[in-house]
Amino acid sequence: MKPKLADRPGALAWIFLLPSVLYIVALIALPFVLAIAFALSDVSAGDPSYDYVGLLNFRRAFDDPVFWRSLGNTFVFTAISMVLIVVLGKVLANILVADFRGKWLVRFLVLLPWTTPVALSSISWLWLLDSIYSPIDWVLRQFGVLGPGENLYWLGQPGLAMTSVIAVHVWRLTPLAAVIMMAGLVAIPNDINEAAKVDGAGYWRRMFEITVPLVLPVAAVAALFGAIFTFTDMAVVRVLTRGGPNDATQVLASWAFYRGIEGGDVAQGAAVALFLFPLLLAAAVAILRVVRRIEVG
Amino acid sequence: MARVGLYFAAVLVALLCAGPFVWSLVTAFKQNRDLYDPRNNPFLFNRPATPDHVLYLFTDTAFTTFAWNTLWVGALVVLITLTFALPAAYALARLDRPWAGPLSIAIFLVYLVPPSLLFLSLSRMVVGVGLQDSTWSLVLIYPTITIPVSVWLLMGFLKGVPRDIEEQAMVDGYSRLGAFARAVVPLAFPGIVAVVVFTFTLTASEFIYALAFVAPTDEMPVSTGVPTQLVRGDVFFWQSLQAATVLVAVPIAFVFNLFLDRFIAGFTMGAVKG
Repeated sequence: MKPKLADRPGALAWIFLLPSVLYIVALIALPFVLAIAFALSDVSAGDPSYDYVGLLNFRRAFDDPVFWRSLGNTFVFTAISMVLIVVLGKVLANILVADFRGKWLVRFLVLLPWTTPVALSSISWLWLLDSIYSPIDWVLRQFGVLGPGENLYWLGQPGLAMTSVIAVHVWRLTPLAAVIMMAGLVAIPNDINEAAKVDGAGYWRRMFEITVPLVLPVAAVAALFGAIFTFTDMAVVRVLTRGGPNDATQVLASWAFYRGIEGGDVAQGAAVALFLFPLLLAAAVAILRVVRRIEVG
Repeated sequence: MARVGLYFAAVLVALLCAGPFVWSLVTAFKQNRDLYDPRNNPFLFNRPATPDHVLYLFTDTAFTTFAWNTLWVGALVVLITLTFALPAAYALARLDRPWAGPLSIAIFLVYLVPPSLLFLSLSRMVVGVGLQDSTWSLVLIYPTITIPVSVWLLMGFLKGVPRDIEEQAMVDGYSRLGAFARAVVPLAFPGIVAVVVFTFTLTASEFIYALAFVAPTDEMPVSTGVPTQLVRGDVFFWQSLQAATVLVAVPIAFVFNLFLDRFIAGFTMGAVKG
């Protein structure tokens, strides 16, 4: 007798997968191909007719110093943010798994930066970093770091603007990294630590031989999410600096938006945005490899 | 001594994370003359507090409409995501197809295609199906962000469910489908909760698609509606903006916190065994 449909893993697998695969093909793969087509064309908001121009848009991007600047900024922005997010996330996770009174409230407060829609929290920061009314400047003035009536112009100076953008980003994503890493810390069975303690292993020995290897895969996952959110996100840059001053905080995502939507140069915007994909791919493959090697080892 | 250090650290991180919100709350109730004076202490009321700017949010802007839009879009997107991703994740994690490995990697890679790359073409497709300027366009498009990542997370959670339980359910007379619905899904529940919470947060936060697809104010979610109505050119309605941030932030963080332990349990199964 032929088994019922609901019992045949092969057929069931297809039925289960088909909706998701169709959705992804229709609304991600297809627009992705379209984006590649745009990048090889001269489509613009003013002239939507399609003409193939080959790699012209890429050559134009390479000739533009702003492209290289954005690329460099993207790497600086992503690398610094990721290191800080993972390190601070681990510290935060260690605090949050400990037992103390008022833990519920502390967790709630710690979650706020991540759960708030990024456009809104960035606007709050815009005022915190305001050129005249910045409360941070006010505090610095009280301590005499700044003279009366002096301001730092957080978002007006290249170095400070980059620092501000990175700080807001780290502030926003560290709670997520902490939550992901809490998962890793909770997963370490207490008896392993207890047994090691009984066997005479000191704090550092336990740290490096038990905690770190067990937490590393989760830390890598946190790093991966951090990288994706940092690399592709332009909301913080967009709200705080619009890429300025003088493209000092321009990243690839925000520059693609600026060219493709505001400049109306759809083809150029698509070409710049396409650049994000191979870089992300390389980062993701590297991180997933690390995770796999650790798990096998 | 260690206890004191722990409490000190806990208070410090709480302040670092939530400080801007506390300060937003104070600012929301400030009078203009209090706010726009750089000599005034920005953390205290230098003049009597006023509820005017907070009330303005409810009487003169579409804030409640934005909040409602974010809520129902989020709920529908979560529902669609689970309907699509849960069976897909099960097929990849458990049905032992030879192509399951490559396909699951492919689905994860899809998550790496950033919205900033897709929205140009997607906005033309949205026009093509006649959903331009409608909140429904977001219901259609947001699952493209949430389905790939949810499949990836759910796969991990489903791998954490012992195979014996499924086999026992089939011995008891359930079909494979029945075993999935009755035995596997309930055990993967912490993972499902994790995905629900994560998905909703991603949806509420999304900015680029909402900005590109929806122009009429009444159809906007919070993330684009609030900046659009409360930033007019160079004029920022600062107090109302701060009030909106706090009003949106607190409920989402509250709900997230309720499910945090389940989220962590889910992520443990997903990330470590995945």
